[in-house]
Amino acid sequence: MNWTWFYRLGSPLWFYQMTTRWLPWLSLLAFVLLTTGLVWGLGFAPQDAKQGNSFRIIYLHVPASFLALAGYFLMATAGAIGLIWKMKLSYMIMKSAAPIGAALTFLALFTGAVWGKPTWGSYWVWDARITSMLILLFLYFGVLALQYAFHNEESGNKASAVLALVGTVNIPIIYKSVDWWYTLHQPSTIKLTSAPSMHPDMFHPLLVMILGFYCFYVVALCLFTRVEILRRERKTAWVGELAARSSNAVEGAKQ
Amino acid sequence: MGNPSLITIENLRFERDDTTVVNCDHLHLDAGDILQVEGPNGSGKTTLLRLLTTALQPCEGTILYCGKSIIECRLEYLSDILFIGHQSAVKLSLTAEENLAWMAMSQLDSSSVLNALESLGLAGYTDIPCYKLSAGQKRRVALARLLISDARIWYLDEPFTAIDREGVKLLERCMKDHVSSGGAVVVSTHQDLDLKGVRHYPILGESLLRACS
Amino acid sequence: MRSHASNGFCAYLRRDLRLSHRRLGEAASPLIFFIMVSTLVPLGITPDPASLALVASGIIWVFALLATMLSANDLFTGDYQDGSLEQLLISPQVLVMPVLGKVTAHWLVTGLPLTIVSPLLGLMLSLPEAGYFPMMASLALGTACLSLLGAVGAALTVSLQKGGMLLALVVMPLYMPVIIFGGATVQYGIDGLAWTGPLAILGAMLAAAIALCPLAIAGVLRLTSIN
Repeated sequence: MNWTWFYRLGSPLWFYQMTTRWLPWLSLLAFVLLTTGLVWGLGFAPQDAKQGNSFRIIYLHVPASFLALAGYFLMATAGAIGLIWKMKLSYMIMKSAAPIGAALTFLALFTGAVWGKPTWGSYWVWDARITSMLILLFLYFGVLALQYAFHNEESGNKASAVLALVGTVNIPIIYKSVDWWYTLHQPSTIKLTSAPSMHPDMFHPLLVMILGFYCFYVVALCLFTRVEILRRERKTAWVGELAARSSNAVEGAKQ
Repeated sequence: MGNPSLITIENLRFERDDTTVVNCDHLHLDAGDILQVEGPNGSGKTTLLRLLTTALQPCEGTILYCGKSIIECRLEYLSDILFIGHQSAVKLSLTAEENLAWMAMSQLDSSSVLNALESLGLAGYTDIPCYKLSAGQKRRVALARLLISDARIWYLDEPFTAIDREGVKLLERCMKDHVSSGGAVVVSTHQDLDLKGVRHYPILGESLLRACS
Repeated sequence: MRSHASNGFCAYLRRDLRLSHRRLGEAASPLIFFIMVSTLVPLGITPDPASLALVASGIIWVFALLATMLSANDLFTGDYQDGSLEQLLISPQVLVMPVLGKVTAHWLVTGLPLTIVSPLLGLMLSLPEAGYFPMMASLALGTACLSLLGAVGAALTVSLQKGGMLLALVVMPLYMPVIIFGGATVQYGIDGLAWTGPLAILGAMLAAAIALCPLAIAGVLRLTSIN
């Protein structure tokens, strides 16, 4: 079997060039999806029978929670690839995924709190899902803190990759135990296996928002990774050329 | 081609955060060799020894032990080497005898442990905790391992630190005995060894290891 | 050296126990911390036995967790600083067994004594009588889990000069399932429910931790402790 494609994936230069080409289109797609989803969800979807308009925050809350968790697995996978195949690019992706994931987890917690006030009458409830989300945020903090604690970048990468993997093994255990600890929460509204219990008019804009968030996540991840690539590869010839070209362009614009 | 060398290094390279720390094109070590690795501080002497002991993995290149990669015959290789580093691995709350018995890690009888300590001039100090010993004496406890070990290759990182003149002589004699019985020694030190047939490997400023023997 | 490979577990267990024995004051400090910090609760909340009884089980569990975590920091630092860890990494044996030996020694000098003195704390914090046995059983299993998870954190932070706070940050999320089921075991016991259920889950967690944590610890030590 030919593995060259796999090793080409590991080349920061290749990644940089590919993202330069695709990023504008992806950003456009993310923008269109997010705008459509927001206008549709906030403006046109029907009101909830019990919660009125306050339910509309799910159009931010649910996609953010999805991505927060998916982002953790992506980070751990990137870390595992880095550990196994010693791929520099994959460590860079891991490192970039951590702050984005932490921000999304925070967004999910924040929107949850805002939603909680009208629904439960309090900003913070020790609900199972909120608590799990909080623990996920702590897991992200651990990875971030460990990453920056090492003077030696490689050790930092390896250590946080292992921690991300250990966290991945623990996430199901944490979720199950928190679930068990507190079963007083709303039943899951979206299940991949069964039909949604939400009304389709509410559900469709949510689906658009989730897709939009996925696109946005990829865009953000690419941007963070590109910065990381430039920083790490600053001594290489191609980054030097790139810098020279862009400074020429700036000079040209001034004249 | 005769028998493969005890240790052969091919194109060994080790990077730390994009700077090359060790870069060694070719280096070999035969039975009966004493190899002195020299170089300024920070030139990668310790890193080279750590690569040789498998504590660190190289970014590129191979190290062969009797013609086989040390990754493939790891356990066999590791049981044939002995490494004494900057930190002597002496536990301060244990006595010299306990420390040595632990480091020997085998069912050695206590008389040979005591003999080893005595020949390094530690008679009378064997049963007091090591925190009461001086720096040089602690070093001697660690070096006593050399007398009881049956490893073929010794890796000694700055073994003369804190050792007095008499101790240096003692250590040199140990090394001589070891190589004359078919062993090999790699030693990193700035001190001139009073031994015949020492090969020198200076590591130059830019972490380049060049043979000039 | 070769004969040593098979009993790396016992060798390291014995050595670490002997080291703790030589420095008893240091080894006893988690236990003393555990007892001392518990007196802060009546001072800070209320000395009223009825109120204390409500929170006693959780408090004892939280303090046991903190005591284990604080002591986990020293699990590898001593060996790292004096070079023994490097010798361990290059010794001709599978790294998992010595690691497990060290963690077992850690549990024997922290978790086990905590379990043994916990009834005393239960007495001071007016823990209802039905909670004593579940508390000791859950602490025995749970602190072993905590030692193993703490050792993963200790291995991750061993080469950092000030790893203590970071260790707490790293392992605290991993500790949460343990405290959930540990606290629940005691609460079930007090409420007269079948407390062996959550205890069995703690046991399952311990089994999983024994299988997986030494692998993670060995991997981390190899990857990051020497550079």
